[in-house]
Amino acid sequence: MKIIDYSDRDHYKTQAFQTPFHERAAAFNQKHCWGRWKDYITANTYYDTATEYFAARNACSVFDLTPMTKHRISGPDALDFMNRLVTREVGKIKPGRVGYTVWCNDAGQVIDDGTIFHLEEGVYRLCSQEPQIDWLMTSAIGFDVDIVDETHDVAGLAFQGPTTCAVLKLMGLEGIENLTPFGIAKFDLDGFELTVSRTGYTGDLGYELWVAPEHALTLWDRLFEAGALHGIRPIGSEALEILRIEAGFILAGVDFLPANEAVRPGRTRSPYELGLGWLVHLDKPYFTGKRALIKEKENGSRYVFAKLNIEGNKPAHQSFIFDKRQKFAGTVTSAAWSPSAKVNIALATLEAPHGKPGDQLLAEIYYQRELKWSRVMAPCTVVEGVFWDPPRKRETPPPDF
Amino acid sequence: MTDQNKAPNAGKVVIIGAGHNGLVCAAYLAKAGFEVNILEARHEVGGAAASHEFAPGYRVSSTGHLLYRLDEQVIKDLDLASHGLEMAASDLPTVALGSEGRHLKIHDDRITGEDVSREDRNAFMAYRERMLRFARIISGLDDKIPPRIASGERADNIGLGRLAWSIRRLGKKDMREFLRIAGINIYDVLEERFENELLKGALSLDGVLGTHLGPRSNNSVFTALHRLGGSVNGKQGAVAIPRGGMGAVSEALVKAVEALGVSILTGAEVGHVEIENGKATGATLVTGEIMPADYVISCADPKTTFLKLIGPRQLDAGMVRKVSNVRQKGNAAKLHLALDGLPKFTGLEAAQAGHRLVVAPDLEYVERAFNHVKYGEHSAHPVMEITIPSVHDASLAPEGKHVLSAIVQYAPYGPGSDSAGFEAQVMETLARYAPGIREQVVASELLTPNHFEDRFGNIGGHWHHAELALDQFLMLRPVAGAAQYAAPVDGLYLCGAGCHPGGGVSGQAGRNVAQLISGLDK
Repeated sequence: MKIIDYSDRDHYKTQAFQTPFHERAAAFNQKHCWGRWKDYITANTYYDTATEYFAARNACSVFDLTPMTKHRISGPDALDFMNRLVTREVGKIKPGRVGYTVWCNDAGQVIDDGTIFHLEEGVYRLCSQEPQIDWLMTSAIGFDVDIVDETHDVAGLAFQGPTTCAVLKLMGLEGIENLTPFGIAKFDLDGFELTVSRTGYTGDLGYELWVAPEHALTLWDRLFEAGALHGIRPIGSEALEILRIEAGFILAGVDFLPANEAVRPGRTRSPYELGLGWLVHLDKPYFTGKRALIKEKENGSRYVFAKLNIEGNKPAHQSFIFDKRQKFAGTVTSAAWSPSAKVNIALATLEAPHGKPGDQLLAEIYYQRELKWSRVMAPCTVVEGVFWDPPRKRETPPPDF
Repeated sequence: MTDQNKAPNAGKVVIIGAGHNGLVCAAYLAKAGFEVNILEARHEVGGAAASHEFAPGYRVSSTGHLLYRLDEQVIKDLDLASHGLEMAASDLPTVALGSEGRHLKIHDDRITGEDVSREDRNAFMAYRERMLRFARIISGLDDKIPPRIASGERADNIGLGRLAWSIRRLGKKDMREFLRIAGINIYDVLEERFENELLKGALSLDGVLGTHLGPRSNNSVFTALHRLGGSVNGKQGAVAIPRGGMGAVSEALVKAVEALGVSILTGAEVGHVEIENGKATGATLVTGEIMPADYVISCADPKTTFLKLIGPRQLDAGMVRKVSNVRQKGNAAKLHLALDGLPKFTGLEAAQAGHRLVVAPDLEYVERAFNHVKYGEHSAHPVMEITIPSVHDASLAPEGKHVLSAIVQYAPYGPGSDSAGFEAQVMETLARYAPGIREQVVASELLTPNHFEDRFGNIGGHWHHAELALDQFLMLRPVAGAAQYAAPVDGLYLCGAGCHPGGGVSGQAGRNVAQLISGLDK
């Protein structure tokens, strides 16, 4: 089953597609609350955001991530191509492993971040927020590679939370408990292939489950059957937003502007400016943006990516950040009240040299009570590390339930 | 960059390609104390600025046959006259060949010929004066490193300011006219001014020679201005024929560089530039031999330099895309005829046979000639710029014999360049003006862009390496980010017709690069 059948000459009349899980997701979606994600509609929320959030943190949650952009890269030069494309050493991502990375334009500005799945020797899947085919084809000049956009050919569910491993065991995935973080394993489920990666966007124990679209509903049914007594719930993008901020994960278009979409100079960010310097391997052979990044490393960055712990409980959405002398220091890009950490958190882009751990700053927060707007200058602290980081995220085998 | 007061052996330089720019660059660098080695893939030096014997005893310029922008400072600095460079003829008039011998002669700002009205003559005087003035703006930065836009650097702002000031200084009326026409097509500009079809056709040829443009293509005014920017013997807009053909320029340059201790290695094809930790450390020959250097200078065309010599793997993807999209497909072919006597052009006096003769009878004709090449075909009725250099230089042909050298457009690059079929059509066109010429032909040769690519190694066989157009000029030549001669790889420099200030035998790119490297421009 192809989700988008381009041979159908009327395909363009479809404004947005339903994912292969839609039939089941719709049955759960009590609020009929859908949002647009790239070519698809997916649930913003099914019941209410808090219920969904706590399913992910205390039990297990299912998020339909089919619309995520996926490209398959293969061919004789696949590894060289990947290494020239992204900032990290791809040769260290062995077959059956996943690596998080960013890729940059010539000026060393981040185009997008994503994960590289080394599916089998020399065959990679690049998962990203934004469609990348144009940049991948540009990067392919001079390389013998095949690049296929397989976004619509692979259905995916993010299955996240402390009981996930137990549920997958119940589902019959033998040995799943031995899968280490960023590992990939393949299973036979009712005669079709299920690919499981121990990856996610919640900063917790969790897996991502990948199948051909025609097996999507079977996967959903088997998963919910196995998870019935382990608190399984579908969750929408609103809950995921809180989960990923707690985990300190950035989002393209929110925490940074994808460099290929920027019009105005100075609006983009380098990996260093997004706190992702650890992904930049300047000692590997040339990659796009390397010269610019070497220069930036020598001359210093303009911005610092910071995680903020803000006093009070009013989320600092889009707040301006000031230093103690009330001078502008930056802006908040993502904010949430963290139900698990019980703190008011935010991700921010600050002007260097602000943003060192322990820096004391002020967040200008506007809030409304019964249509009355007020403003508070809330003291905040730059923190190191993420707000949610349970040991089970790293443990193999993970704790059982 | 090294400082100005250096001792000899300021550094080791390897220059890839012994074209005229490479030779000029070598000479200046050797003078500045650098140890210079030139690597030339072919067994002849001079690149496209060459002469060759195409039939026993008959020699011609291999590509361009008229000198119109060889930098006079280069001639002086390198003392090319004492190294044998001399003009067989300079300040050649142009004859626009008309039907039934009704030709026009164009010299400086004067037109002679029966069919030209007084209005056209007057309009031409004004046109010529204005075009020369506008051309000086275009050529004003020829000896400078192109300024970058929005770099924030003082030197760039000064360069941009100088360019803006040179335009503003034209005065309100002329500035407006310059800005109006600089980017548009020569068809419209000529139609606004002149009545005579033959005159318009001949003038339009200046805007399309050597390019992938028709008179109705935008940029054709710009290319005409580029051509008018140079000067010969201090006279702007003049054209000359070097004694011995264009190869004589290279021969003089070779003598100059050899006197300065430069070594030229021929038959030394470079496979790639050696790059270590983002810095060019030398050039590696296809034989595997590495020629180490502190500075590597590539005179190859942009695509060869970036995509072959550096290679996409050492470059940013965006840069590779930009270079891949540089337009550098040539359309100019070259006809060489060995003749057993001076050809007789209808209505042309024998004394005029040595002039620059053009076949471009009207604007529509030129535009139609261009149509074919858009679809990969050669022109059914081509346009031509013809010289018979043996009129001025007896050494080019046996006694009493002559050579005819014609730039013929348009010939496609790539499949479809069937030179045999094209040659018949070219001869037919020629015979329309010189009816007996076919019987005089002893030997002939028609070189197409594909031949030029094979012979000189420039991808696309374009005379200017890369199309001359406003979007591939100044700070955009060959592409933004590499237009200041420095390649994205440290220690590697571009130097050829594909960079500022473009093609034509000028030597300016070579001189500019040498000054950049030796710091003389500070």
